[in-house]
Amino acid sequence: MQHLAYFVALWVLLAGLYGVVTSRNYVHLVACVAVLQSATYIILLAAGFRTGGVPPIFYGVPVGTRTVDPVVQALMLTDIVVEATVAALLLSIAVQLHKASGTANPSELEALEG
Amino acid sequence: MTRSVRLTMFFAGAILLTIFFVASLGNVPAVGDYPGPYGNVLSAVVVYERHVTNIVTAVNFDYRAVDTMVEESILFLSVAGSAVLLRQMRSEEKKENDDRKLKDSEEKTSIPSSSDATRGFALLIVGPMVLFGLYIVTHGQLTPGGGFQGGVIIATAFLLLYLAGDFTRFREIVSHTFVAIIEGIALFTYVFIGFLGMFEEKAFLQNVLPFGRTGDVVSGGTIWVLSCATGIAVATGVLEVIYAFLEQVLEEWSR
Amino acid sequence: MSSALEITVLLFVAVAATGVVLTRDPRAQVVTLSFYGVLLGLMFFIFQAPDVALSQIVVGAVALPLMFMLALARIFRNEEERKKKDAKAGHGGKE
Repeated sequence: MQHLAYFVALWVLLAGLYGVVTSRNYVHLVACVAVLQSATYIILLAAGFRTGGVPPIFYGVPVGTRTVDPVVQALMLTDIVVEATVAALLLSIAVQLHKASGTANPSELEALEG
Repeated sequence: MTRSVRLTMFFAGAILLTIFFVASLGNVPAVGDYPGPYGNVLSAVVVYERHVTNIVTAVNFDYRAVDTMVEESILFLSVAGSAVLLRQMRSEEKKENDDRKLKDSEEKTSIPSSSDATRGFALLIVGPMVLFGLYIVTHGQLTPGGGFQGGVIIATAFLLLYLAGDFTRFREIVSHTFVAIIEGIALFTYVFIGFLGMFEEKAFLQNVLPFGRTGDVVSGGTIWVLSCATGIAVATGVLEVIYAFLEQVLEEWSR
Repeated sequence: MSSALEITVLLFVAVAATGVVLTRDPRAQVVTLSFYGVLLGLMFFIFQAPDVALSQIVVGAVALPLMFMLALARIFRNEEERKKKDAKAGHGGKE
């Protein structure tokens, strides 16, 4: 089971994608997109992990100890902010769609007119 | 495209993805076997070079400060986009509101007021929460923390003011224009600090302020200043997005 | 080899993600999403990433469900007003 974290990331990605494909409500769809984006966190985290490592903070810890990788953690911070951004914009679009057409169901929307 | 066709395509794609994924995991080292050079180099070198103890913050605000600047602009764009998207039909809504006000004035959906316990607790906890957020922002280079985390905590603390009172009072305390101006100033400060390096003929966003002593709050040169600027920008940005959503729910504004 | 704690939390994350997707009602899904955010934060903490855990808890368990609830409140209010308008129009047409 040396690659368990990568398989868990694949499972979360497929679960989120299944939610997007079979969704019947726009707000439910946006939550599934958020779950989809969290699969990338798991992949990045697993790529930088080191067994028996300490967090990369040296406040009170001597400088020679083996730490986990700090570069992927910086990438993950950016990723989390991007997830919040995408969710905010998608929710604004969902609210406006409901105002314009009266339904929040993707299958009930008619084609655009005008 | 009907639902069954979508489901079939999804399952076919999922099976293909799984096959390729398993096939490509052949030479990947096991989880826990980190071989790469960058992590080791950074862990050995940063404390002596930059006099900070939190390496992730040093990477975010010094070695890869350009990425953080682009991420700040992403946040700014999302704030502007949400405000534009949620304000699009306001002229039509106002016309509807005026028509409805002329016809009848007794059918108004009212929001139930919160209990005294909620309001008292929210009022009590606003102060400590703002202090905690400021602590996390300013001590970002020593202990886990930094600009983003502290910024979102401060924004949540301001939203507790809405929970403690009602929307009109919240709008008086936290005025919309003021928040927007502060966000612009914070972003401008970030880019201005970047140009400080170019005035001395070095690279953009290079660390040119004095480094200080390891363990002090003001240490690391530009790392501390950029962390504070990012904290203020993120706090005001998140506050603006939630403002746009709140104004949609509570429509009793008079503009 | 990973320890038992890491394997357990990874399996919990997989189960919780499936739970979030299979919760069809958006109002219930907000609570599930918030719990998933806290669980992810716990996983980051166990994998020795405290900065990321802080960020994930503040964004994924506080700010994101707050935006979801505000969007749902707006949609609920739209539906109520539409129903009232339809009821009034039906009444007026009949009389």
